[in-house]
Amino acid sequence: MNMIVTSPSPATPNGTTRPQVRIVIVGHVDHGKSTLVGRLLHETGSLPEGKLEMLKAVSARRGMPFEWSFLLDALQTERDQGITIDTTQIRFRTNSRDIVLIDAPGHAEFLRNMITGASQADGAVLIIDALEGVRDQTRRHGYLLHLLGVKQVAIVVNKMDRVDFSADRFKEISDEITAHLQGLGVTPTAVIPISARDGDGVAARTDRIGWYKGPTVVEALDRLEPARPLEALALRLPVQAIYKFDDRRIVAGRIESGSLAAGEEIVIMPAGKIAKIKSVESWPVTPVAGRQGAGRSVGITLDRELFIERGDIIAHAGTSPRETRRLRARIFWLHDKPLAKGDQLLVRCGPKESRATVVAIEKAVDPGELESRENKAIGRNHVGEIDISLSNPIATDPYTENPRTGRLVIEVSGRIAGGGLVLSVDAGQRAVPVDIVPVESALRPDERSARYRHNGAVVWLTGLPASGKSTLAKALERRLFTQGGSPILLDGDTLRAGLNSDLGFSAQDRSENIRRLAEVATHLARNGHIAIVAAVSPAREDRATARRIADTAFREIYVATPAEVCESRDPKGHYAKARAGTLTSFTGILNDYESPEAAELSIDTSKRSIAEAADEIEQMLKASGVLFDELADLAANI
Amino acid sequence: MHLLKDDSAADALRGPTSVEQVHAREYSAHLAASQPSMDHLDQLEAQSIYIFREAFARLKKIALLWSLGKDSNVMIWLARKAFFGRMPFPAMHVDTGKKFPEMYRFRDHYGKEWDLDLRVEPCPPIDAVDPTLPPAARSAARKTEGLKMALAKYGFDGLIAGIRRDEEATRAKERVFSPRGLEGNWDVRDQPPEFWDHFNASPPQGAHLRIHPILHWTEADIWAYTKRENIPIIPLYLSQNGKRYRSLGDQDITNPVASTASNIDEILVELEQTKVPERAGRALDHETEDAFERLRVAGYL
Repeated sequence: MNMIVTSPSPATPNGTTRPQVRIVIVGHVDHGKSTLVGRLLHETGSLPEGKLEMLKAVSARRGMPFEWSFLLDALQTERDQGITIDTTQIRFRTNSRDIVLIDAPGHAEFLRNMITGASQADGAVLIIDALEGVRDQTRRHGYLLHLLGVKQVAIVVNKMDRVDFSADRFKEISDEITAHLQGLGVTPTAVIPISARDGDGVAARTDRIGWYKGPTVVEALDRLEPARPLEALALRLPVQAIYKFDDRRIVAGRIESGSLAAGEEIVIMPAGKIAKIKSVESWPVTPVAGRQGAGRSVGITLDRELFIERGDIIAHAGTSPRETRRLRARIFWLHDKPLAKGDQLLVRCGPKESRATVVAIEKAVDPGELESRENKAIGRNHVGEIDISLSNPIATDPYTENPRTGRLVIEVSGRIAGGGLVLSVDAGQRAVPVDIVPVESALRPDERSARYRHNGAVVWLTGLPASGKSTLAKALERRLFTQGGSPILLDGDTLRAGLNSDLGFSAQDRSENIRRLAEVATHLARNGHIAIVAAVSPAREDRATARRIADTAFREIYVATPAEVCESRDPKGHYAKARAGTLTSFTGILNDYESPEAAELSIDTSKRSIAEAADEIEQMLKASGVLFDELADLAANI
Repeated sequence: MHLLKDDSAADALRGPTSVEQVHAREYSAHLAASQPSMDHLDQLEAQSIYIFREAFARLKKIALLWSLGKDSNVMIWLARKAFFGRMPFPAMHVDTGKKFPEMYRFRDHYGKEWDLDLRVEPCPPIDAVDPTLPPAARSAARKTEGLKMALAKYGFDGLIAGIRRDEEATRAKERVFSPRGLEGNWDVRDQPPEFWDHFNASPPQGAHLRIHPILHWTEADIWAYTKRENIPIIPLYLSQNGKRYRSLGDQDITNPVASTASNIDEILVELEQTKVPERAGRALDHETEDAFERLRVAGYL
């Protein structure tokens, strides 16, 4: 008998000296998962004192024979239904492992709970009733283990007592399930005949299964390996947030793979910007030296101020992830409404999110049946392959190259509705990011501002069509130029004629139109010019994007001319056409303009002359440090 | 180990940074020894920090529920790690008014020392609580009511709570981001899927989320981490006259368990061998088979 001898040194928590392995037990409903768990807890001496007696008493009081599964069915609701509703986590020990057991429900209705449980597992036990054999849920769970990336799978053939411990029946089931799993690229680590109710094969090889020479369940669990952090792969640090709690600007996130250290050059994807890691910040001691490896939640500072946002991925130049607007994924679908071609979704890849459209669906199938394939929609609890088009570029990897970053989840109405593996990434038309090394200007910012007598800025005029944006923009352009400045007009319609001629007026295209305007304007502002953007830009979210891109250079001006005044002006005849129904997607009469909540300035052109309005803008630009009021300011700036 | 004892309060107040300095040395030694691979506690810590940062990024107005116990003290420590020194949201103590005096002293001292934005919120009188609940559960349910009042007062869309899966069977079923209904209730039958550290963070208007950053920790993990990081504890957790508290709640519904463990090392040895559940001293867990679940469905932690 094994004895636990208390060592003189203090006990360590689970896993500091013994590997901790998380396992999930899956399989068809009623094939005996809960019974196996109850038996395992008993055989490994893991039951809390009095628990078994308490449950036996409860069974007696309810007039039912005691079942091992009652141990897990601790909830009232479960006892009523006789099935396990949700994952529970139970801990016990084998000779050399601490096991965290995640029980997962077999009932098809609760597949989302099975996935929640199994996604946390290092290994799995797939349980099959010897009498019933492989069933649809057995196949479905096998398929999902593959999709969830669980590689270590032990098969348990339960209720051998009901087939008289027949070696032939065991071999029949063993062959069938092994072939099924191998077809998915999963090789079982063991196939074990047991009777969970009586104990055969769980911790002991009894005479009744004397023909079986492999490991018991406890021995098989003892051989599982904990998942290792992915330090050997290329660096992937998805950005969770940028913190400015004090004078540090800390980029925070968890290293999903690879490692990093201060002094290293990194590339920020998808933008492809290059920087050096200045320090690795921590608390209570900071900064920390040495390499930080996969699995650590870190915070770093960079040697230059770059626009970085949540969802960007930090990598090493040369091994950065691919930036894409199009990808292919193999997914499982959990939502009530089937996923169909053309559906609009929200896709999350780590902290990054993007709106997306399903472009194509292929190989949709119930993984329990694996026969009737179709290419129109993926039903609830089914799997399939989809092509997705993304409204924002995402940096990601195929899952074969990086299992941590090569996976995504899909949200519908704010709730996770599915998930899966990235099969391939369409790199799009952009050059590979490794080759992008932004060339820095030969001029210093202060050289430009000394000449123009202003700093670079993005002056963003938003408002209804015919509210007076372009008129104001032109007046401001003339005035700044007369004063010796360098204003540049970016009119929404003008850019649509060239740079943005590929874009229409869908919400997605409007967003992209705004993004491009903001990028061009920001580049001009960084080089000392005042970019004056006149664009309806009706969506608050799109303007927020523009503000994020231009950052501190952004000045938003709401041209708040009343709608009826705008319609009465109608210089381009758009309102008339829209009323006549010959112009669709026209912002003016649809009431879909979202007015700014915190613009730097608001101007109603029906109450001001153009000169007065331009005065107000000039005052705002002076007050907010864009225009220099006097030479003294210029000196201060240098 | 750093303790706030009655007779050593002055000692604890000696210098606001001394604890952290001592700790900092241990921590850097620990880092140097373990790079780049991570031990079990490192992994737990990194996961909790990830959860904290997700909650802060994805929700608008959050608060941490500070029960003053060992678990929520570890949570505050983890939050300070996640945000590089100071917790950037309030710590809320929903006060039943029936905690141990040592707990109030601890709150008042460390609320200041840790620079917490501390909100102490009262609970309604016992008469306002469901009279069909057994006595201890009814008493605990006061806290749920106090919590609802505080939610209404501040409009938080996320509350960070220090529950753990290993504590109790119903808690094992929790998600890391756990949606609550408009009445603060928990629908255990219709929990959304949660996998690969992707969380459901969009509560409907007026509802809120519970966020559980230490759901994956065990009681032993909490103690080992408390020791490693030198996090202060309330001395009631240590044995006096052959008894200690394993879990601290209200005075009238919490009992000590038999124990000789007078420091954290001895607690860890004790936990290695015990088969007594952690909440054995909590009266409400034993009243009826389903009292605890009824409480949790109604919004209890």
